[in-house]
Amino acid sequence: MSVSSAVRPRSPIERMLAANAWLVFAFLYLPILVLIGLSFNENKNVAIWTGFSTRWYGEMLHNDGVMRALRVTLIVAAISTVVSTIVGTMAALAMERFRFRGRGALDGLLYLPIIIPDVTMAVMLLLFFAQASQLLGRAQVFGIGTITLSHIAFNISFVAVVVRARLSLLDGSLEEAAADLYANRWQTFRRVTLPLIMPGVLGGALLALTLSLDDVVVTQFVSGPGSTTLPVYVFGLVKRGVSPLINAVSTVMLVASMVLVGVSLVFQRNNARTG
Amino acid sequence: MTATVESEGDLLEEAARRADSRRGFLIALPSYVYLMIFFVVPFGIVFVYSFATRSSTGRTILEDFNLNSYSRLFDPVVARIATRSLTLAVVTTVLCLMMSYPFAYYIVSRGTSVRNALLILVMIPFWSNFLVRTYAWRVLLGSDGPISQISQALGGGEVRVLFTTTAVLIGLVYGYLPFMVLPLYASLERMDWQLVEGARDLYASGWTAFRRITLPLSMPGVVAGSILVFIPTLGAYVTPALLGGARTTLLGDYIVGQFLGARNWPYGSALSVGVMAVMLAAAVAYFRVGAKTA
Repeated sequence: MSVSSAVRPRSPIERMLAANAWLVFAFLYLPILVLIGLSFNENKNVAIWTGFSTRWYGEMLHNDGVMRALRVTLIVAAISTVVSTIVGTMAALAMERFRFRGRGALDGLLYLPIIIPDVTMAVMLLLFFAQASQLLGRAQVFGIGTITLSHIAFNISFVAVVVRARLSLLDGSLEEAAADLYANRWQTFRRVTLPLIMPGVLGGALLALTLSLDDVVVTQFVSGPGSTTLPVYVFGLVKRGVSPLINAVSTVMLVASMVLVGVSLVFQRNNARTG
Repeated sequence: MTATVESEGDLLEEAARRADSRRGFLIALPSYVYLMIFFVVPFGIVFVYSFATRSSTGRTILEDFNLNSYSRLFDPVVARIATRSLTLAVVTTVLCLMMSYPFAYYIVSRGTSVRNALLILVMIPFWSNFLVRTYAWRVLLGSDGPISQISQALGGGEVRVLFTTTAVLIGLVYGYLPFMVLPLYASLERMDWQLVEGARDLYASGWTAFRRITLPLSMPGVVAGSILVFIPTLGAYVTPALLGGARTTLLGDYIVGQFLGARNWPYGSALSVGVMAVMLAAAVAYFRVGAKTA
């Protein structure tokens, strides 16, 4: 039974709801669309439209700072997504399917990185790596390694939450059936559990990838001179003011997230069909 | 005789249970060890630093531990920044709720195919880069930006909103709106709408049916959405840094300033510990309320 029958058609309330919805959509999309439009402005001054041009995209490709930051971003995102997906999925499996000592402690520990604001997470990791560099007697530890380690630290929890949600939907009867048919635990996991939770694992991986590609605050604290990610690099540029180059880079980042949404929708649709 | 067989069975079961427990422990071990090293130990270090002293050169001296940094938390400056952050977080949460509730209600009330299309339109900004979405407002609100140009073309003056609290508020509402819409949508979609129809059949007015049935049943979504907006806005850093000015400092950029600017790590650590304590209290309260309403 849908709501539409509970709300009488074309009542004043219905009309107000529709008006509000279109206003919210306008609010959500107009800023993004204006930004995309201005990235094709030929003029060096962002605000004065003088003609269509892809000039700033060309400059972006030849900007060493942007390209170096993009490389770091992709390396960090790839490694942190793979590691946190594996470790987070294992944590989810242990929490949902096993009883063991320290389970309660891990439960709380997994939620903390999600609950605390990223500024405090950034502070914690900065002091940790600063202290570690002193202990190791190394002058400079900050760089691509510390960024990757930090991204894994906040991503494990998000992957674990998504995979646990999926695992809790499975009642375990298929796994028991496999066990009754003399499958050992590894075979059960490999042949039954893993295929069933795969949409959750992919969803968690996608969330980890997005969070890694988006992060500014933690990365800013743990990156070193000359090695930082694209969002932090852009953040530094933006603080000095708007520019058509930033508009172009921003548009590329927006399109990248839209592609990721598209990929996740395709996965979900396939999953709805098969599972 | 039977007793020994039973106890043998018990022993086997006990051994199997133990093996299972060990397996669970081993599977949990990587995440446990990782979070111990990169979360618990770092927290411990922040905690220790919050009792340390800052030298005149900005180095942190890990000796003569004291409560000086904590006593500074009671400065009028901190009270002013904390009040501003708290007010802004509450106003942002309320504005998001007021916009999102009728919005989510409208989406749920559409037919399946329209509903899915609208939902995708909400998902896109949700997954889009937060920094970029905030930057878009920096472009829009600039003194020679599109909004100002339109205002001037219509005979109004230059729009001077950028670097004010209003700009930060717009940026926060814009940034966190999708975090409110999605939980509200989920709870409204899961609701049993036959209850509303039943109430209408019993001559409840539309408003009464909403107030007595829809609103209470969607409460988990309201609570979840509010927490998802409130906590990050209280620690917001990117939005005030891009859209705010010197007089709109919030807790988030104040803490960052202690590390990347003023180099007073003990004081910044004490501030972080304070914020985390408030957050944990809020989270515990949320789970209490959530358990009651669910």
